[in-house]
Amino acid sequence: MLNNSLSFSEKVFAEDITKKPTRDGFGTGTVAAGKADERVVVLSADLKESTRAEWFEKEFPKRFIEVGVAEQNMATLAAGMAAAGKIPFITSYAAFSPGRNYEQIRTTIALNNVPVKVMGMHAGVSVGPDGATHQMLEDVGMMRMMPNMVVLVPADAEEAHKAVVAAATYDGPVYIRFGRSTTPVFTTSATPFTIGKALTLWESEKPQVALIAAGPLAYEALLAAKQLAAEGIGSIVLNLGTVKPLDEETVLAAATKAGKVIVIEEHQAAGGAGGAVAELLAQKVPMPMRFAALHNTFGQSGDPQELLAHYGLTAAGIISLAHSFI
Amino acid sequence: MPLSDIETTALSEKARAIRMTVIEMLAEAGSGHTAGPLGMADIFATLYFRTLVHDSTNPDWEGRDRLLLSNGHITPVRYAAMAHAGYFPVEECLTLRKFGSRLQGHPERTKLPGLETTSGPLGSGVSQAAGIALALAMDGKKNHVYCLMSDGELQEGNTWEGLMFAGKHHLPNLTAVIDRNNIQIDGTTEEVMPLEPLADKFRAFNWHVIEVNGNDIPHVVSAFDEAKTITEKPTMIIAHTTPGKGVPEIENDYRWHGKAPSKEEAKRFLAALAT
Repeated sequence: MLNNSLSFSEKVFAEDITKKPTRDGFGTGTVAAGKADERVVVLSADLKESTRAEWFEKEFPKRFIEVGVAEQNMATLAAGMAAAGKIPFITSYAAFSPGRNYEQIRTTIALNNVPVKVMGMHAGVSVGPDGATHQMLEDVGMMRMMPNMVVLVPADAEEAHKAVVAAATYDGPVYIRFGRSTTPVFTTSATPFTIGKALTLWESEKPQVALIAAGPLAYEALLAAKQLAAEGIGSIVLNLGTVKPLDEETVLAAATKAGKVIVIEEHQAAGGAGGAVAELLAQKVPMPMRFAALHNTFGQSGDPQELLAHYGLTAAGIISLAHSFI
Repeated sequence: MPLSDIETTALSEKARAIRMTVIEMLAEAGSGHTAGPLGMADIFATLYFRTLVHDSTNPDWEGRDRLLLSNGHITPVRYAAMAHAGYFPVEECLTLRKFGSRLQGHPERTKLPGLETTSGPLGSGVSQAAGIALALAMDGKKNHVYCLMSDGELQEGNTWEGLMFAGKHHLPNLTAVIDRNNIQIDGTTEEVMPLEPLADKFRAFNWHVIEVNGNDIPHVVSAFDEAKTITEKPTMIIAHTTPGKGVPEIENDYRWHGKAPSKEEAKRFLAALAT
């Protein structure tokens, strides 16, 4: 059953549910964070329209810094600005930041432990026609391995807004992953968000599988749970808004009840949210797992929906994987 | 104001003490870089004992100038200079590179008060310095930012991204110093990857450029003083230094870039420095 305590959108299962890209939540979130704290600054690497950094620029032109096509410089400049008391958000496509500037983030932000917020846009295959070069599929793994780094993967534009606001007040480095395509906004401003807490979106009385999702695919997991319930198959759906630090208590409780786990993410099966959950379960309650993710392959050009379907990342793909697993 | 003879002698003695500590700490550590720290001792003595606005008893003081070391591998000279300036006991220098020490092989801000950044991987210092300079300027603060860099790290792309940004923003509160000693691990810079004409490159990036003998303390002092008078752009001081300066048997020998003296060699080096 849907966990109605979470104040979902009234249209949660409606055909005409509102759709927005999670990057819109970055745009509104930084404006809110900027109003709350004048130390917040936003850096852009020549992608301000598509990252939504220009929404902040319009409100706070003097606190918006354009660095040009130079992601390594953006990360290191931000490290310096943070050392001098600012709260910098650095923005680009995830393929370039943290893709290109990994070492700068590692040394000057994470090891240096300054509060720079790394905003990775256009992550996952749902970038679509741009193809594999721009479809970042390793970022959660890269950033999750880094000591001091918090990793957030919001499920919709509402949660993305809250994640950005929370990141601004968190005193340390944070990575947030965003998508390009419009995806259902199934939560509301009243839905809780806390760094380090997972949300139980759905819970059947006798769950046979836990569907643990990170990012907008949490909505696909929810659709899958509804369909599975209609077939008489119970499930639990978790939304991992925070991949690191992992909400171990909620993940362990769901996994223990269900006995089988599928992790769902627009990321390589290796190293991402799936890896985080597997590391926990292997130590505490080893159990069979499956991964709805990309398996040691890059993406390709295509329509976002077509690509998600191809890689088994829609409700239908999740249902099919569940059938073969239960 | 030009340096008096008494002031010059005093700074030279500080530089000599820093060099001797560098040799002692490297010999004790058994690894680390020797040539660069010896070559930069005069500049560190000038910074910590004349140019920098700082308070060794209050390393986090808001009013301090910021000194960044981009080429973190020459950190023994910074540690030695900081110790002689009163940041921590000189004896602690002998813990360099040892388990549990605050004096990590490459400097870590979170380990030792008085460090502004964490560095070692090359090419990221001038960008961080530009970030600090911009943030200070945004807040209307007058602190000056100094960034020490190696010549070898000019081969890193990140360096030029940072130089371009600082030029765009005309940051007059930023002064960078290139340790132009012409050596790097695999040979001389001009063999490995030529850097010249260096001054022209910085001018083209909209920096004010000063060339100086980095081992001539009165000239180093004048260069830092001149940099403070430039109000429309950042300043780059190209400091021509002699790697291994003060120990004639290793001066200008690139093979001493990345190795430490043995205990026996250290005795000879210290004797040479004492004369």
